[in-house]
Amino acid sequence: MWDSTIINMLLEGIRDTLYMTITSTILGYVFGLPMGIILTVTDQNGIMPNAFIYKIFDVISNIVRSVPFLILLILLIPFTRLVVGRSYGSTATIVPLVVAAAPYIARMVESSLKEVDGGVIEAARSMGASNFYIVFHVMLVEARTSLIVGATITMGTILGYSAMAGTVGGGGLGDIAVRYGYHRWQTDIMIVTVVLLIILFQIFQTVGMKIAGSLDRRK
Amino acid sequence: MEELEKLLELRHIHKDYGNGAILKDVSLDIHKGEVVVLIGPSGCGKSTLLRCVNGLESIQSGDILLDGNVISGKKTKWSEVRQKIGMVFQSYDLFPHMTVLDNILLGPMKVQGRKKQEVQEEAEKLLERVGLLDKKNAFPRQLSGGQKQRVAIVRALILKPEIMLFDEVTAALDPEMVREVLDVMLELAKAGSTMMIVTHEMQFARAVADRIVFLDDGEIVEADTPENFFEHPKTERAQKFLNTFLF
Repeated sequence: MWDSTIINMLLEGIRDTLYMTITSTILGYVFGLPMGIILTVTDQNGIMPNAFIYKIFDVISNIVRSVPFLILLILLIPFTRLVVGRSYGSTATIVPLVVAAAPYIARMVESSLKEVDGGVIEAARSMGASNFYIVFHVMLVEARTSLIVGATITMGTILGYSAMAGTVGGGGLGDIAVRYGYHRWQTDIMIVTVVLLIILFQIFQTVGMKIAGSLDRRK
Repeated sequence: MEELEKLLELRHIHKDYGNGAILKDVSLDIHKGEVVVLIGPSGCGKSTLLRCVNGLESIQSGDILLDGNVISGKKTKWSEVRQKIGMVFQSYDLFPHMTVLDNILLGPMKVQGRKKQEVQEEAEKLLERVGLLDKKNAFPRQLSGGQKQRVAIVRALILKPEIMLFDEVTAALDPEMVREVLDVMLELAKAGSTMMIVTHEMQFARAVADRIVFLDDGEIVEADTPENFFEHPKTERAQKFLNTFLF
C-alpha cells in the first residue's frame, strides 16, 4: 500500500500543513502584533494609559480565545466563504486559524513587552524619546528574545490547530490522519502523519529557540 | 549667587499620591553652572523632586520653569524639554540589547535626528573622558556597575543638556566603584555643568556642591553652602540627620 500515491499524498500534506501554519502565523502577527502593542501601551501601567481602548481589546481577545477552536471553525464558515470563496481546503483553513491566533498572539506579545524593564523605558523617555519611538526602538528591540520565543510557541499551537481543521476538510496532515486513519481504519497512515507532525513541531521549536538565543545580548 | 542667571525655578511645588503629601510647597532656584545637592532621609521626597523636574512624575500644583518658560503645564512638549534635562538613574538603565556606542547614539540620532558620523565622534570623545573608549563595542552585561553608570552619564551628556539630574547614581554600586563615578561628576562640576544631585555620599556632597538643600518630610528645611550646612546646621532636624552619619 505504500505506493507513490500515498507518498505523494503525504508530501502534499506536509506542504499544505506548512503553508497553513506559516501563512497563518504571519497573518496572525499582522493583526496580533499591533493588538499586543495596543494592549501594552494602553494598560494602566503602560506608556499611554487608556482604560477604554484597553478594555475593548482585552474583551475581544478574551472572547475569541474562550471559544473552542473546533467551534470557531464552524462558526466562521460563512465568514470564511466570504473571504476566500469556499469553506474547505487549506486556504480556507487559514481564515479561522488567523482569527483564533491573532488574539492569542496579542496576549503573547503583551506579556513579552511587559517584561521590558520599566527603568529602561524611563531612561528612553528621559532622553526625550516619543512614545512611538519607545515602542518601536526600545520595547520591541529589548523584548525581541521573548517575542521570538512567543512566536515559536504560537507556531506550534497553530500547527496543532491546523491538524484539528482536518476534521472539517481543512487539508494538510491532519486531514489525512482523519480521513485515512480514522474513517478508513488505516492506522499505519495515521501513525506516519502523527510522526510527521512531531518532526515538523520539533523543527519549528529548535529553529525558533536557536534564533531567540542568538538574538539575546543579556547573557 | 544672586547675579547669576536662573536656569531652573521651582515655585511652590506640591505633589501627593493621594495618601499624604510627598512634596509640600517646595520652592528652589538653580542658577547656571550651579551644583545643588539634595540630601535628606529616605522617603523625604528628594528623588521625587528630581523626577518632577523632567516630567517623570506629575505635580498637583506649583510651577517649574526652565529658562524662564513654564514646563509644568499641560501643553508642555516633554520630548523637547527632556532633551535639555539629562538624567542618570540609580539602576543605570542601559539598553541591554545595544552596545555601549548604540546606547549613547540612540538619543542624538533617533530623538534629535543628528548625523551618525558627527555624534559618533562626540560619543568617542566623551567615552575617552570617562575612560571607557575601549568599551565602545561592549554590551552592558560585559561592564561593571561603575562602568555602566559612567556610560549612562555619557548617554545623558551627549544630548548637551542644560542641566543634569543625578538620582542616587552610586547607591547600587559596590563601594570600590563609587569613586570612579563620583570623579566623573566632580569633573563635570568643575567644567561648569549645572547639576542637581541626590546622594547619600556626604563627603562627596560637601566636595561637589555649591549649595546643599536638606529636605525632610517633603519640605525644604535648610539650604546653605556646604561649609555652613555641615559645620553649623541651623535646624534641629538637619543636626539630627547629620548625626546619623557619625560613628
